[in-house]
Amino acid sequence: MVATLKRQYGSGIREASTYLGQNYMVVDPSLIPEFLQVLRDQEQFDYCVDITAVHYPQREKQFDLIWILYSFARNERIRVKTLIADGETVPSAVPIWPAANWLEREVYDMFGIRFEGHPDLKRILLPDGWKGHPLRKDYGIIQQDNEWVQINLGIESGQ
Amino acid sequence: MTDRSSPLELEHADKTFLDSNELIINMGPQHPATHGVLRVILKLDGEKVLGTECVIGYLHRGVEKIAENRTYTMFNPYVDRMDYVAAVSNGLGYCEAVEKLLNVEAPARAKYIRVILTELNRLASHMLWLGTHALDIGAITPLFYTFRDREEILKIFEKYCGARLTTHAFRIGGCQYETYEGFEEDVKKFLKFVTPKIDEYEELLTTNRIWVERTRGVGFLSAADCRALGVTGPVLRASGVKWDLRKAQPYAAYSDFDFEIPTGQNGDTYDRYIVRMQEMRQSLRIIEQAVGKIPDGPIMAKVPKVMKPPVGEIYHSIEAPKGELGYFIVSDGSTQPYRVRVRPPSFVNLQALDQMVRGQLVADVIAVIGTLDIVLGEVDR
Repeated sequence: MVATLKRQYGSGIREASTYLGQNYMVVDPSLIPEFLQVLRDQEQFDYCVDITAVHYPQREKQFDLIWILYSFARNERIRVKTLIADGETVPSAVPIWPAANWLEREVYDMFGIRFEGHPDLKRILLPDGWKGHPLRKDYGIIQQDNEWVQINLGIESGQ
Repeated sequence: MTDRSSPLELEHADKTFLDSNELIINMGPQHPATHGVLRVILKLDGEKVLGTECVIGYLHRGVEKIAENRTYTMFNPYVDRMDYVAAVSNGLGYCEAVEKLLNVEAPARAKYIRVILTELNRLASHMLWLGTHALDIGAITPLFYTFRDREEILKIFEKYCGARLTTHAFRIGGCQYETYEGFEEDVKKFLKFVTPKIDEYEELLTTNRIWVERTRGVGFLSAADCRALGVTGPVLRASGVKWDLRKAQPYAAYSDFDFEIPTGQNGDTYDRYIVRMQEMRQSLRIIEQAVGKIPDGPIMAKVPKVMKPPVGEIYHSIEAPKGELGYFIVSDGSTQPYRVRVRPPSFVNLQALDQMVRGQLVADVIAVIGTLDIVLGEVDR
């Protein structure tokens, strides 16, 4: 599979490797969403398990964006990873897997990564008016949106 | 919560309320049938549901953020607080994920103890689901029966590790506690006790006319929809997909046991009920096989006192009572995980609610929320 994809995309696939028996690929952000579409249609990865991100503030491309996919037919998992900078947008995977809807909303809520073409990109776990994205590394563990807490809860601090 | 009340907008917002047949109703977050703090905004035409929107996050505690500020061992008890009716499964998934990252394997004895406790927990979770689901639909008796019998499972947990709900039963590398004196007898006694009880639940509901009318054809979800929406667990199996991670990608000691994957055909609320009832019997089968032959030996693998997994990432998932529960852990080589992502089955399954209730009656929304078997502690984390 990797060989076919590599032939098709060449250097767009930066890395395709295995760690602890799990396969992953690092691809260029410009290949998204076409690459995901190909994985679903040609390689039968019909189940989008999870979409998540990891923040590395010291890097120039601050975020790892990760799709965890599973194929029922092959009983196989794969992780697709791409590196993006702060403020960079990524095309939404909702047209490929409707499951991506809430998962992308959570990534947006927690990291502030915007997905282009998402039908309803808004916060999901935190209140709509909240400021900040808590899973970024520069967001402290006891940090909160004090203004929001004061206005909506009528108290000085939620801590 | 002013800014959260902008739900599905009416198509003709300028019309007065009476001119329109469409009605927007808010259900929850404080509602007995939402199983916690779930808020659903319903757009209705008379009794027909035109659309829904879920508002979640009321129970958000930032579990993933907490993980980044704790060591691997310290974070272990926190995972119990997500799906708090199936805490043992949560712990199993986390411990196994970290074990993979550390490249250690739990000893055989620990694996068997893990399987027994996890399957007991699956039973407890399904019992709680059955009781509350039936109560929502109008049958009160099953609730008393299931809570009475679930108590016996919790007693075993209490005797084993001192806690009933948030058990923290496992440790990274195995189990902290050896089984107590008489553990096997207790489990065997429980198996004998509970088998006729499951028949009893079925007698109350399976052919009960009200139950059948309220559940058959309600909340239909096809196998293709399930795959597209990422729905897993009994909901997926009730739509006819024979897929269970315990068989597909066996973990712990599941490959040693003989059991079936029950499936349905119709993908409705009634089939999901039947699938879960059969799953309870399969769990009994697994426990029965495991309890007779728990191997001797150590219960803990050799793990370093200070855990520093090598730099890398791992995704490990297990079949929790609600579906695929996954942990994606990134290690930077220090004592604390760089990132822990939990893939919660309830969160992803809840997304299917809209599709399942569109065009159905408002009373069916209650049945569908019940049949999805969500726990808000896990949805919101």
